[in-house]
Amino acid sequence: MPRVMLLKGNHAAAYACKSARVGVVAAYPITPQSPVVEKISEFVESGELPGTQFVKVESEQSAITAVIAASATGSRVFTASSANGLMYMFELLPWAAGTRLPIVLCIATRAVAAPWSVWTDHTDAFMTRDCGWITFFSENNQEIYDTVLMAYRVAEDPSVYLPAFSAYDGYILSHTQMPVQVEDIEVVDQFLPPLKHHINLTDFDNVKGVGPVTLPHPPDRHEFGHAPGYFEYKFAIQRSLERSLPEIKKVHKEFCEIFGRSYGNGIYKTYRMEDAEVAIFAVMSVASESRLAVDYLREQGVKAGLVSLKVFRPFPIEDLRKAFKNVSNVVVFDREIGYGYEGVLSYELKAALYKSSTQPDIKGYIVGLGGRDITYQQIAKGVKDALAMESVNENLIETDYIGLELDKLEFLKREGGY
Amino acid sequence: MEDKDYPNAHKKILASIQYPQIGEAGKTGTWRTMRPLIHEDKCIVVKTGTHNCHLCWLYCPEGVVSRTIPPTIDYDYCKGCGICANECPHDAIERMEEGGAKACPA
Amino acid sequence: MFKPVKIMDLPEEEMILPGTRLCPSCAPQLAYRFILKALGPKTIVTVPASCMTVVHGMQGATPVKVPVLNTTFETVAASASGIVASLKNLGKDKEVTVLAIAGDGGTVDIGIQGLSGAAERNTDMIYCCYDNEAYMNTGIQRSGSTPFGAITTTTPINGKLEHKKNMGMIMEAHGLSYIATACASYPQDLYAKFVKAKEMKGQGLRYIHVLAPCPPGWGFDNKLTIEIGRLAVKTGFWPMYEIIHGKMELSKESKRLVDPTKRKPLEEYLTPQRRFRKLNPSQLQEIKKYVNDTWETINKRVSC
Repeated sequence: MPRVMLLKGNHAAAYACKSARVGVVAAYPITPQSPVVEKISEFVESGELPGTQFVKVESEQSAITAVIAASATGSRVFTASSANGLMYMFELLPWAAGTRLPIVLCIATRAVAAPWSVWTDHTDAFMTRDCGWITFFSENNQEIYDTVLMAYRVAEDPSVYLPAFSAYDGYILSHTQMPVQVEDIEVVDQFLPPLKHHINLTDFDNVKGVGPVTLPHPPDRHEFGHAPGYFEYKFAIQRSLERSLPEIKKVHKEFCEIFGRSYGNGIYKTYRMEDAEVAIFAVMSVASESRLAVDYLREQGVKAGLVSLKVFRPFPIEDLRKAFKNVSNVVVFDREIGYGYEGVLSYELKAALYKSSTQPDIKGYIVGLGGRDITYQQIAKGVKDALAMESVNENLIETDYIGLELDKLEFLKREGGY
Repeated sequence: MEDKDYPNAHKKILASIQYPQIGEAGKTGTWRTMRPLIHEDKCIVVKTGTHNCHLCWLYCPEGVVSRTIPPTIDYDYCKGCGICANECPHDAIERMEEGGAKACPA
Repeated sequence: MFKPVKIMDLPEEEMILPGTRLCPSCAPQLAYRFILKALGPKTIVTVPASCMTVVHGMQGATPVKVPVLNTTFETVAASASGIVASLKNLGKDKEVTVLAIAGDGGTVDIGIQGLSGAAERNTDMIYCCYDNEAYMNTGIQRSGSTPFGAITTTTPINGKLEHKKNMGMIMEAHGLSYIATACASYPQDLYAKFVKAKEMKGQGLRYIHVLAPCPPGWGFDNKLTIEIGRLAVKTGFWPMYEIIHGKMELSKESKRLVDPTKRKPLEEYLTPQRRFRKLNPSQLQEIKKYVNDTWETINKRVSC
């Protein structure tokens, strides 16, 4: 029987691993991710995850390497990290995608040092953008549990075979308890059948080397014919990512039919968008807060709505064009900076809507870095300020911020520094 | 656009994979400048008809000398490093310049 | 001690098909040839960026007849840990040997963290460092395993100022069940050590450090590869030993070198190599002192 439990976000991810019968977990502690793997360790030690191996590695670099190797050997694998830990994995992230391994990695988001910060923003999750992984975002703990299950199903689909991130806000979700329905494992088994791997190193009847030096051009391998060159492999990753969008929707639909929960169309979620004239575009914690901002704005007569992105990679261009078809203004709240440019969501949305038939004005703000609170009142004010601008283009020269507290810094008003 | 002609290419091009095959780097015998030649009249294995040496087999990094009586060298792949000639305790292996008439023993 | 292995006792089947991409006279390839003969077909190998990547060849085809997983430069021990964990998860760990094989750079420098972690976790694997004493695949840069006085493309013009890391002792400090040093010039000894490491399955990480001369990197004629390795052993520069559950035993070729008079003059090893061409008398004295000190430590251990 499904069971409703009061779970922290990290534990929701751990329960999802249990439901998915994950075979190998390797992880290294970092705040705020650590409780995910502490919980999995508990499952392994108590025998609740029979056969599962937990490799207590000495670094994140070894964590990701171990799950890569275990995946290539044929196991369903899991790891998790945050910020600097994720950065320490970085070299291996394109390696995982380049080897087409269906790894699921949870990111409990955390601001990237220096200076040190353990609190949330989305910089770490967004920095992994160009590694060839699928990226899912979640807004609440039930969604974390559900998304991990869907992520495995998508990643292991033979038309996809790519690793997936499942990101959620550090502390705001990772350490906050919410009721989560943990599903019956036999029912999860129907949704998520055992992994059928395309590599399987243990197949000694079909010996293979994996991930060698790959020449610029396809070499002639005689009886095997020409082997792909580096370019073909990278093309295949990109094409698989692009084509995974319908697969993600299909998996989401099936998930919805079996478990009765849905997240928009599986790609993005909307709130009060039916008659909206201005749309907020945000993800994760900022999207949750924006739901309140939408209600608040509506009370004040502003016909606002929200588009909360669930799948960031592949970037769902067609879906977003549809989502913003009927609005004249979009206000984007980025909890990270694409340094030297603007907020990543903001510029990516602009690119996605380039030359679309109904091109709305798009205004971006940077908010909530390093765990700074971002309230629905601030979001609502940002929306109203954007609407009051004669042209959002005037503000393109410099990025706008909400929630900066320069006023508090006395030393700015006198000679000398801090 | 070539990629449009192969709508399922991405499903078939997965990890970069290799299968065992002889001559991965081609016929590496073409790298050779000096050819090792086994003089059977000096080879102890041939002379005694017993497997009592085979150091040329043992020390060949490429594994192209056979552990047979008489020992043979796979010239398609022998890189001509000269270890076998240097290690032969009976001076039964001579190194000859490639390309010369005497370097081509039938 | 094990019985000496006869040439005819060695498996005849080659696990590496000829026509590889490595240089002629490559000692790491010779060592790998006998490592795979010792471990047999039910072996999964993982390799980092190194000359081992080269021997495995480019995409589409490989000379190597066992499954191989490439990984990044610093991660081979973690990669092997992942394979071992997966084999356990799949219930196939009893029948399969896992080998991580890396160069000296991938072991003593960039890979030492991952190796130390895997050793501390007692991962059921064999780790082999083939030591050609510099970053040969990238063009002969110095590593933590380059010996004192050797010239590389990144050492001072008169040679390296520091001695090489004593990896055997570093690994011993991890409390491993099996540590051995070997040399590519002694294939039977090397083979026997890998057979023993294989047989010690279930006893955590077994570490074997193989000295593997590199003709282009060390600067000697191709035909001399075996000779140079042999001199490294016979001069006492490279002691070959096993440490089984903490007990050190010298290998046959090194045993008699406990007596310094039985060692060949160090010059016989150093002079044929161009990497030592700038050695001055005081540097030579320093290397001799290093070798003597090494043996004094060994003697204390094997005599008690």
